[in-house]
Amino acid sequence: MSAAPSGLPAKRIAVVSAGLSQPSSTRLLADRLAEATTRGLASLGESADVEVIELRDLAHDITDNLLTGFPSPALEAAIAAVTSADGVIAVSPVFTASYSGLFKSFFDVVDKDSLAGTPVLIGATAGSPRHSLVLDLALRPLFAYLRSVVVPLGVFAASEDWGSGDETTTTLPDRVARAGEQLADLVAGHTTRRPGAFDADAVVPFEEQLRRLSAE
Amino acid sequence: MSNESGMQFGIFSVGDITTDPTTGVTPTEHERLKAMITIAKHAEEVGLDVYAAGEHHNPPFANSSPTTLLAMIAAQTEKIILSTATTLITTNDPVKIAEDFALLQNITDGRVDLTLGRGNTGPVYPWFGKDIRQGINLAIENYALLHRLWTEEVVDWKGHFRTPLQGFTATPRPLDGIAPFVWHGSIRSTEIAEQAAYYGDGFFANHIFWPASHTAQMVQLYRERFEHYGHGKAHQAYVGLGGQVFMAKNSQDAVRQFRPYFDNAPVYGHGPSLEDFTAQTPLTVGSPQEVIDRTLGFRGYVGDYQRQLFLMDHAGLPLKTVLEQLDLLGSEVVPVLRREFAIGRPADVPDAPTHANQVARAAEATPAVSSADPAAVPALR
Repeated sequence: MSAAPSGLPAKRIAVVSAGLSQPSSTRLLADRLAEATTRGLASLGESADVEVIELRDLAHDITDNLLTGFPSPALEAAIAAVTSADGVIAVSPVFTASYSGLFKSFFDVVDKDSLAGTPVLIGATAGSPRHSLVLDLALRPLFAYLRSVVVPLGVFAASEDWGSGDETTTTLPDRVARAGEQLADLVAGHTTRRPGAFDADAVVPFEEQLRRLSAE
Repeated sequence: MSNESGMQFGIFSVGDITTDPTTGVTPTEHERLKAMITIAKHAEEVGLDVYAAGEHHNPPFANSSPTTLLAMIAAQTEKIILSTATTLITTNDPVKIAEDFALLQNITDGRVDLTLGRGNTGPVYPWFGKDIRQGINLAIENYALLHRLWTEEVVDWKGHFRTPLQGFTATPRPLDGIAPFVWHGSIRSTEIAEQAAYYGDGFFANHIFWPASHTAQMVQLYRERFEHYGHGKAHQAYVGLGGQVFMAKNSQDAVRQFRPYFDNAPVYGHGPSLEDFTAQTPLTVGSPQEVIDRTLGFRGYVGDYQRQLFLMDHAGLPLKTVLEQLDLLGSEVVPVLRREFAIGRPADVPDAPTHANQVARAAEATPAVSSADPAAVPALR
């Protein structure tokens, strides 16, 4: 694990990419957002450990988890990386007017309380800019339900965004840089701490459980 | 009971009525219930110690009334302990549980214990007039009442989930004044491990649907809390485990015969491969020796334990196959497990609970000890 100049432990950034093609523009956007976040953290004197989770590699495991109720070791490691991260970058392609089913299925097998308070930067890719509201109509409500702190600026990249723009317009790289800075600002002030479900101090003592019931 | 290891071995039945995927045959409810009785009787014949039946209130299950089923089995057996997997502590009236199981305990001369659970079917709550959001609270309050009904002659009681009781005595009283031993079953709720520890009751880990690491953590938590509540050392807590096996003389035959049942099974069918599920959970499909080796390994992560139950009659396996599986379990597996589990087992690890040893344990306990029993705290009066 790298450490910041300040000697503080690096901030852990988990990147979830739901792109299916290889190479994928979803992964490309996810990587650029991760780079921007790392730069943003560096400017604040913090370093970043970035871990990328490619959902394509876990597609069978995610389906199995939906059916059996428990994750495979590989999926369990991916879930742990996301839920223990100090910040999350979540990027989905747009499929049929929303995030992809795989993207949703991954967050379906993540415990609903395990991203509460975590800063999340959302991104989406599509073939057409007409899908750009997917960020605010699909991804943002999903992370609102999970009680994550969603970065105000999400980044949408249509195919044409990868080759357009001039000095007079705000381009994809500008939006990526600003979004990365916003996530870095949130992550710099945040450390995720989640006690394990089996930690003795996470257990409500039985007397307390009884007391809650007996109090009218 | 030939019981050199102090452990009990048996089977537990979900009681699912599932089409045999190899023949397309679906047993009727009548056939399935009669098969469960035949299986339980055969479990005794092959030398097993425990038969446990589930409780369900919806198709494709027929075993809605466990004490009725267990009484029929008791009438046709001599020694086997009759138990449940599980009794729904959430939606059954605790007064009726107290009565039903105390009656069964009396007429079977103490061959009864029970495993409490919360069930896995959401609509059971509203069907019985309960609120699923209160699942854990129902388990806690209902058992607090059940415990008092069995340990106190006259009970005054008021709670949230049933009518109050004034001067109520549950009848019949438990045999010899000793309540049927209670196991608390859970897959994932730490509250239930805590509840089992608080009362000094047993904890039964389902074990079969989840990775071993998960079970290990749940059992460890229960053991630590058992010691915390002063019932003994952590290694003296009462632990039961589920297990799931399918055997043939040689391993390849077992895999070939079981695969269609696995692939179409309720709960995990059409999901992971048999190989992945075997690697990720305690399911063992192979030779009797492989089952022995895997089962002996359970001790490595839960410690010396008291009860091992195997799931055998499910997923549409025909009766004849189940009886053959029991033959292998009784003749080739369990005798070795009894011997091997006895090796290195500390003398102060309690034997698996029976009515006789629970009566003896109560007789040994001094009055000073019983008044310090945290379960006697008048929390819900």
